[in-house]
Amino acid sequence: MRPPNAPPSPAPPAPPRGAAARYAGIYAALVRNSLAREMAFKTNFLLWIVVELLWLALQLCFIGVLYRHTETIGSWTHWQVVLLIGASNFIQQIFHALVLINLSNLSELVRTGKLDFLLLLPVNTRFIVSLRQVDLGALVNATVAVGVMGYAAGQLGLRPTALQLAGFGALCLLGVAVHYSLMLLLAAVCFWTVKAQGIVWGYYNLFNIARLPDEAFRGAFKVVFTFALPMLLVSNVPVRLLADKLDSGRPVLVLLAVALLCFVVSELGWRASLRRYTSASS
Amino acid sequence: MGKYWHVFGLGLQNHLAYRVNFFARALFGLVPLLAMLQLWGTIYAGRGDAATLGGLTLAQMLSYYLIAQVVDALSAVTDDDWQIAADIKDGNISQFLLKPVDYLWYRLSLFAAGRATYVMVAALPLGVFLFWFREHLVWPADGAQWLAFGLSLVLAALLQFFLSFALAALAFWVLEVSTFIFIVYAFEYLASGHLFPLDLLPAGLQRVMMLTPFPYQLYFPVSVYLGNTTGRELISGLLLQGAWVLAAWAFARFLWARGLRKYAAVGG
Repeated sequence: MRPPNAPPSPAPPAPPRGAAARYAGIYAALVRNSLAREMAFKTNFLLWIVVELLWLALQLCFIGVLYRHTETIGSWTHWQVVLLIGASNFIQQIFHALVLINLSNLSELVRTGKLDFLLLLPVNTRFIVSLRQVDLGALVNATVAVGVMGYAAGQLGLRPTALQLAGFGALCLLGVAVHYSLMLLLAAVCFWTVKAQGIVWGYYNLFNIARLPDEAFRGAFKVVFTFALPMLLVSNVPVRLLADKLDSGRPVLVLLAVALLCFVVSELGWRASLRRYTSASS
Repeated sequence: MGKYWHVFGLGLQNHLAYRVNFFARALFGLVPLLAMLQLWGTIYAGRGDAATLGGLTLAQMLSYYLIAQVVDALSAVTDDDWQIAADIKDGNISQFLLKPVDYLWYRLSLFAAGRATYVMVAALPLGVFLFWFREHLVWPADGAQWLAFGLSLVLAALLQFFLSFALAALAFWVLEVSTFIFIVYAFEYLASGHLFPLDLLPAGLQRVMMLTPFPYQLYFPVSVYLGNTTGRELISGLLLQGAWVLAAWAFARFLWARGLRKYAAVGG
């Protein structure tokens, strides 16, 4: 039985194509599946969107109150920080939409041994573990974040060039990749400890820093959250590019290098973790 | 009374099994705290040494966040509301309807045990952290202020618990309470002074906030600690806090009684 407003059934399987097309087909099926699942609990779906919007409003409120008492934080003005909050929310919501639920479900898959079924599927395991379910509500919230950014850009009188916009988009995707790599590493801890519920909570604490302006921080804190856990790069660098706050290309290169490093480390960590998997007694 | 002591003891043992989780929580929690302290440090630095924002000096502002973290460790409801909602949904409360144990006091004992365990585990990282920031930490002036702080802290914990209990009791009527819990939590986060001291708000808005129970969950005890609430204001604040605790308790009791009438013991 299909909910009334689910999209039409998938077309009959096409003849074998390239790997990219095959994975695109699989992903399309996963998206359809998630949509059907969300629509089964419509009220809940809408309420979660409200929850996320409230938290965004809360952050904007905080910044509004902060700027009642100060003109700038470092060189960051009020609307530049609003732009930053919009961008960090956008990156975070895209990350939520694509991978977060799947990674937070990982410990449950390991504990119950249900990971067996995913390992048996004839697809790349990291692909299916990371992207099995799509959080469509987060996509709605991502568009709200774009709205916030648009409003802030208007207040700042920004007229970004097409190149700036493209660069901004690419850097945002890089930010999503960083969040994903780090979260995969955190989630893979469950292969060792089995019970890893605190992880999503820990994630929220770490990633909250990403929406604060980099110039507010100094010393060891800044070094750690720039180079080891690059939270102060993921949204600050794209916003600097968009708001003409970039003095040189260096931050972009640093973000690129750190993102690449995170990705490699997470792949190695993932492989090492998977090797420890022994399934659960069944 | 004795049986609830027993529950408290059991709760301690149970919670100690999750000490690593608690420790990780306490440690992770220091990251956003440190970020806040640095953020305010930078803002004050841009305004000169003698600057006050919303009437608070730099030391008072940093102390506010540090003490708020301590109050939070001692009084915040973390898992209790989810567990209560799950107990209702899964029919686990049926056994309490048959035994001479009151579910509200039973949960309160477990809550107290959870906080006690958390403080034991978090004492080390939090203590080291406070010691590190000792230059910026202000202390209550005298014993009376300590006493008032202790009292408002206990009342804050009770208020948090009863409100959470009432919220969790919604599970009698709706299948999924987590969205409701998060929506209330969002308001609480702002109005309790978790995000920033309410002194920073425009005076009118601050007065409106003080009409809700939320500031008495966190802002009020911290404000008592810092010596920003004294004399007549302190007495009336404590009385008002006590009144909110009673109201929240009565509300939780009321919802529970109404809910039981609807309760069908699914799966119990």
